[in-house]
Amino acid sequence: MAEPIIQVEGLYKSYGAVEAVRGLSFAVQEGEVFGLLGPNGAGKTSTVEILEGMRTPDRGTARVCGLDPERSGAEFKQKIGAVLQSTALPDKLKVKEAIELFANFYTNRANTDALLKRFQLEEKRDAFYSQLSGGQKQRLALAMALVNNPQVVFLDEPTAGLDPQVRREIYDIIEELKRDKKTVLITTHYIEEAERLCDRVAIVDQGRIIATGSPRDLKHKSAGTTRIEVRLAKPAVNGALGSLDGVSDCREFDGTYVLHSSRAPQTIVALVKHLESDNNELQSLEMFSPSLEDVFIELTGRRLRD
Amino acid sequence: MASSNPISNTWTLTKVRVRLAMRNRTFLFFSLAMPLGFLFFFVMVFGKGSPAWIAYILGSILTLTVMGSFWGLSVQLVMFREAGILRRFRLAPVGAGPMLASSILANYILVVPSVIIEILVCKWVLHMQSWGNLWAIALLITIGSAAFSAFGLIVASVTNTMQETQVINQLIWTVFLFLSGASVPLAVFPLWIQRASLFMPATYLATGLEFATTNLASRAEIFTDFLALTLGVVVAFEISRQLFRWEPEAKVPGRAKLWVLVAMIPFIAFGVYENVAGKRLTQIHDNFKAIDRAPSASTKSSAQH
Repeated sequence: MAEPIIQVEGLYKSYGAVEAVRGLSFAVQEGEVFGLLGPNGAGKTSTVEILEGMRTPDRGTARVCGLDPERSGAEFKQKIGAVLQSTALPDKLKVKEAIELFANFYTNRANTDALLKRFQLEEKRDAFYSQLSGGQKQRLALAMALVNNPQVVFLDEPTAGLDPQVRREIYDIIEELKRDKKTVLITTHYIEEAERLCDRVAIVDQGRIIATGSPRDLKHKSAGTTRIEVRLAKPAVNGALGSLDGVSDCREFDGTYVLHSSRAPQTIVALVKHLESDNNELQSLEMFSPSLEDVFIELTGRRLRD
Repeated sequence: MASSNPISNTWTLTKVRVRLAMRNRTFLFFSLAMPLGFLFFFVMVFGKGSPAWIAYILGSILTLTVMGSFWGLSVQLVMFREAGILRRFRLAPVGAGPMLASSILANYILVVPSVIIEILVCKWVLHMQSWGNLWAIALLITIGSAAFSAFGLIVASVTNTMQETQVINQLIWTVFLFLSGASVPLAVFPLWIQRASLFMPATYLATGLEFATTNLASRAEIFTDFLALTLGVVVAFEISRQLFRWEPEAKVPGRAKLWVLVAMIPFIAFGVYENVAGKRLTQIHDNFKAIDRAPSASTKSSAQH
């Protein structure tokens, strides 16, 4: 197997008393789209910023393209492209100027007109940064990350705070990077983003990786269960739903009962009978095929958005 | 593997900074309109109808124009840091040196047109008698602009918030403005203030430019001002490069602020020298008297008749 293009071993990072990253280790192969999936505060941004050379780890090693991100300086920066969690540029800088400005810093430069076209920014080429919408700003940030034809692209929450349509546009761009065989490390707390875009995912919680694998493999690990979410008129009697036919796991989140069942039809029949006998009523019922959210719930007892 | 070139990065950033400044109306007002407003105000109030005074006032106005660099650059750098703009540049192969050098260079490029307009207005509109020592003016404007830009960058490096920057700027600006001879002739102050002013960078710029515009000083005398400001640039640039921060949350420790004192070392040395052995104060007094005694335009014309 080829040498990984990103190699992280035993990474630790604290901010005062807060331990953001606690012994993270993983490797990413060239051409792979690798996701760090986890809730806010899981340590994803700290990890990716260490890999970008923006932060110093307290312990552990990180290597990208065979280089130490912190010590390799300009040589390292020539090889990577990145979208920060939030990108800011001067208000009166025009779109085309921003792309050309950053392209000028690199020895290997992409065609800036082609980038404008690829990211649908041609019409906005003479617009000031302050005049762009959130989605346009994010497309510009992505274009700026590719001005040097980087070997590795870091995307830190690239769709956070964007509306669903813009999010889908960004997904298309990342899928294009995937087709171009770029190595991409993406952090996200959106399940569908990780499932749709990533070849492999590391689920991160409280600074630690709790599971790694392809989205498909991880979902299989959740025992092929169906997630059933129900809301009831009255709170369920303690533990009653967990003992229904086929239920392997039952947890309550803000009045919603989340059941994992290996035999969904039998579970629903048993649920209806139980509610009748308990003089309770069903307010809503939704069924979901297994997702990475279920893996996260199984491993942590919490939902990703908590 | 080719690495990025600091000189070309500096030039790239300089061009963008100049473009951004030209799109900023506030900048245009403070750098061009306000010094011209001061020029006409000073001429009306202190000019006494004397062409000699016009040259003296030009020296003051050029000093104010150049010192403005100090205020603008510190505020811009802190604003860029707080907004997270510097973070984005940190990802690119561009270091602190080109970021800071481009600020200084862009500022110089933007100061030069204002300076030329001010000199031309004094000569053609306000009938200043001679052009003064243009070479000395050019030299002092160049090194003065670099020095005050570098001082602004130090202020940005040692302050943690925009509020703190504004307070420090206000304090320093007020002292520079009133006690350096830039707005009120140094010769009219009590001796102890005159002696204290010899420790301030602004005094070397103000007196140097006044000597150059009035043509009342030798090259050797102006050389002292040039030397003091050059040392100031070198020390201030290196300190601001060492203290430069890309991240909004990176706070400068209290003891790092003592580096400001290091930036003052050249001026402390020159201040001690001028107070003990120098002739600057005598020269300032002599020049002031010569200008004050110079005939006004109306006296001159009636004497000719």
